[in-house]
Amino acid sequence: MSEPSPGAAPVAGGAIVAGVAAERSCEREWEAVIGLEIHVQLATATKMFCSCALSFGEPPNTHTCPVCLGLPGSLPVANARAVHFGLMIGLALGSELAPRSIFHRKNYFYPDLSKGYQISQYDEPLCRGGRLGEVRIHRVHLEEDAAKLIHVGASGRIHGSDASIVDFNRGGTPLAEIVTEPDLRTPEQAGEWLRLLRSTLRALGVSDVNMEEGSLRCDANISLRRACSEQLGVKTELKNMNSFRFIERGIRAEIERQREILQGGGEVVQETLHFDPDSHAITSLRSKEEAHDYRYFPEPDLVPVATDGAMLQAARESMSELPAERVERLHREYGLSAESARMLAFRGELGDYFEAALAAGCEPPPPAQALANWLTGETLARLGEGEDPGDSRVRPAALAELVGLVSAKRVSVGAARQVLDRLVSDGGDAAAIIEAEGLGAIEGGDALEAIVAAAIEANADAAQRVREGNAKAIGPIVGYVMRETKGRADGTEVARLINAALGA
Amino acid sequence: MSDILALTAADAAEEIAMGRLSAEELFAAYRSRALADRDAGEAGLNCFTWVAESTPAPAPARPLAGVPLAVKDLFCTEGVPSQAGSRILEGYLPPYTATVVRSLADAGAPLLAKTNQDEFAMGSSTENSAYGPVRNPWDRGRVPGGSSGGSAAAVAAGLAPWALGTDTGGSIRQPAALCGIVGLKPTYGSVSRYGMIAFASSLDQAGPITRNVRDAALLLAHMVGHDPCDATSIQFPERVTLPHAERLDGIKLGVPAELSQDGIAPGVQRAFASALARAEELGAERHDVALPHAPHALSAYYVLAPAECSSNLARYDGVRYGMRAQDAEDLLSMYTRTRHDGFGPEVKRRVMLGTYALSSGYYDAYYGRAQRVRTKIAEDFRAAFEQVDFILTPTAPTIAFLLGEKTGDPLAMYLNDYCTVPMSLAGVPAISIPCGLSDGLPVGLQIAGPAFSENRLLEAAHALEMAFEFDGAPARV
Repeated sequence: MSEPSPGAAPVAGGAIVAGVAAERSCEREWEAVIGLEIHVQLATATKMFCSCALSFGEPPNTHTCPVCLGLPGSLPVANARAVHFGLMIGLALGSELAPRSIFHRKNYFYPDLSKGYQISQYDEPLCRGGRLGEVRIHRVHLEEDAAKLIHVGASGRIHGSDASIVDFNRGGTPLAEIVTEPDLRTPEQAGEWLRLLRSTLRALGVSDVNMEEGSLRCDANISLRRACSEQLGVKTELKNMNSFRFIERGIRAEIERQREILQGGGEVVQETLHFDPDSHAITSLRSKEEAHDYRYFPEPDLVPVATDGAMLQAARESMSELPAERVERLHREYGLSAESARMLAFRGELGDYFEAALAAGCEPPPPAQALANWLTGETLARLGEGEDPGDSRVRPAALAELVGLVSAKRVSVGAARQVLDRLVSDGGDAAAIIEAEGLGAIEGGDALEAIVAAAIEANADAAQRVREGNAKAIGPIVGYVMRETKGRADGTEVARLINAALGA
Repeated sequence: MSDILALTAADAAEEIAMGRLSAEELFAAYRSRALADRDAGEAGLNCFTWVAESTPAPAPARPLAGVPLAVKDLFCTEGVPSQAGSRILEGYLPPYTATVVRSLADAGAPLLAKTNQDEFAMGSSTENSAYGPVRNPWDRGRVPGGSSGGSAAAVAAGLAPWALGTDTGGSIRQPAALCGIVGLKPTYGSVSRYGMIAFASSLDQAGPITRNVRDAALLLAHMVGHDPCDATSIQFPERVTLPHAERLDGIKLGVPAELSQDGIAPGVQRAFASALARAEELGAERHDVALPHAPHALSAYYVLAPAECSSNLARYDGVRYGMRAQDAEDLLSMYTRTRHDGFGPEVKRRVMLGTYALSSGYYDAYYGRAQRVRTKIAEDFRAAFEQVDFILTPTAPTIAFLLGEKTGDPLAMYLNDYCTVPMSLAGVPAISIPCGLSDGLPVGLQIAGPAFSENRLLEAAHALEMAFEFDGAPARV
């Protein structure tokens, strides 16, 4: 009875959207099968089941109330905004949105759980199925986050700690749990796919998706099997990987651990594992025998979530262009390379900057691919790889103007780099800086030919070698010209003139 | 005013509104009665767990005019002990007040006292309390019923004008029956559960325990309503009005054989039969109706309620509030010893039962099957209410039994709820009114109606109450 979601646009052109084409070689002895479970903190104003504001580093236990503290007699009420965000995620992933979904109690006892159970969804989740890139989605459901435990003492974990302190500010924060099918094969694929998911969620505006701050958390289910076998091996669940780097490292370490066991003729034990990002050590949290019996049953304090037409409509209207769609469009509309299109789409702020620059209407117009290259290469190198150029002094129109002038050969690449340095430090217009600093390209002609002649004279040895056919020897001569012209000469033109003069 | 304690709550409110009685005087009179019972210890009825420290200051005119209210211990009351009759909540002072208690206080019914109860509302005799058992004012050697036994005994004995109880499987109706007063379990969802310390969330419902039907209507009128803090609460579809009916002309009364014959004590059957005869004299038509799945209600109830309770009571771990076992060696032993020492045997029994019923591999056989029975029972009621206006049964199979008589036999204790649990599972409203005596002790008549039929139910109950002319005075000695 689930309504298919026409708003969703899982992009079929997987090779362009996500570079995760599975390597499946029968020659490899073992193949890893990886599925991910991602917990996403939703950026609602209030908690999942009470009206406490979400907390961002406030003093412990200041964002609490009888409900999120689990005080006797208190009752949960589901956050409609969280349901709205859940539906948006379902639409983005092409999931079936359940017309009726229900909350269950997941009963387990732990100091970070105020009620002795977590309110989650079980066999009737908000969203089922779907796909992002080449990875199928199993389900998406809503639940509440646990409180934060701080273990005082050497181990930093509950066992062996001197004391444990509970901060309920985080308790009850809305989470969407996204579970994939086991469609990933390598740690790199997992990392790359997770980046696609993160940019998708960021584009939706449903979460801060910051792994370091815990608003995006990932567990991985990992098993190994004989290459090309269809039978799945025994899986382990690797918990608590809180950065992209750790995820890839953790999965790699676990694959290695399992490979060693299997190659030694042993058997992998089904268990939940903890990856220590500092030591790379993998330790067991609990085995299958110790696995919790969560005693799920329908949460009697809540009524089912009835997703009606108005809610679906509202979710559809809140959707923006998704990264997968944007990759396609950037590729199609501007002829960008797959790599550039992915980078600009996955990092929406870069895509936004890029499109703003193109829209500035500079003359001469910058070629799209060149603009993308200048943005993701030279510009980010100066600003810092993780920075948003929108926050910098370099206005999109200024970068567009600069790239347009470079492409029209009215400024050399070398001079343009100097102009970009100035734009980064002081802002301003590219043309004005070129004018003021005298960085305009030196046209071919008498002036440049005279400098070329002087360069040949000053590098007689190199000139001789060029004449003898050693093309690489041209470097010092070009360097002389560039120094003399302060980089304003066009490198290609300089080389042409030198070669002409030397008859090479 | 000759005897202000003899006034019903509605009459007292009217006297206060007319300026013939002072609310402070009334409060003080009840307060001293309640304090006397509390101070009497073993010699008293042991109705109260807490009594107001002072008389509230005079307030502007409000609908309930300042008539004081006794409230079952499990309603959270800000800064006032709220232990649900359990040791495990020893010393707990909630930081907030239950919605229904606040609504009633706002309407002019200030908190007089908190009443004793079976621990976490689990029991039918109010013997499972950390505060010790409550006694029946009709016979101090007998139980008042439960779990709202403190509220029922207090109202019957004239220690409070009216009281709040909660009903999960009969915990308002059965003690009302055994104490010879009126108890109403409203339609599930019509009264907010926010601030009621939970036993079984899908069944728990607050309701009035009063001296007569009119008082029940007056109290209910200020209890119902949607509460944004309770997702299962529903806006009551109409205003609750005070009943006036004296006749039952054309009303169709259904009597289910399943709940009125086998297992019902002969004296109770006799009182029930004469009640039906009186109803026919008032113009009602008597019909046989079938509730074919009702005999399975108790079994289903004793899977579902413990299942929910096992989860609801998981939070009592000694860490954040209430009792904590001292001198534990580590965290785990602190948890286990707190729960070992803090919960009584009946609570432990139900936590164990419920945990088992929800366990992997047993869920379908127990919880799943019990839910299907619950659905069947609700369907039975729907079908029956297509034929008749109300369903009548005895409220409890027996009159008040002796203290200690059934404490060693849980099953015999559970059978007290045989006639009341089906309505709880169906979520429909039901009222118990006293309809006569058996061996000098009160017998209750249960009248159940379709969901949200409270107004009609109260009218019918009022007409019968007039006809029965039940004399509750013996309890108020």
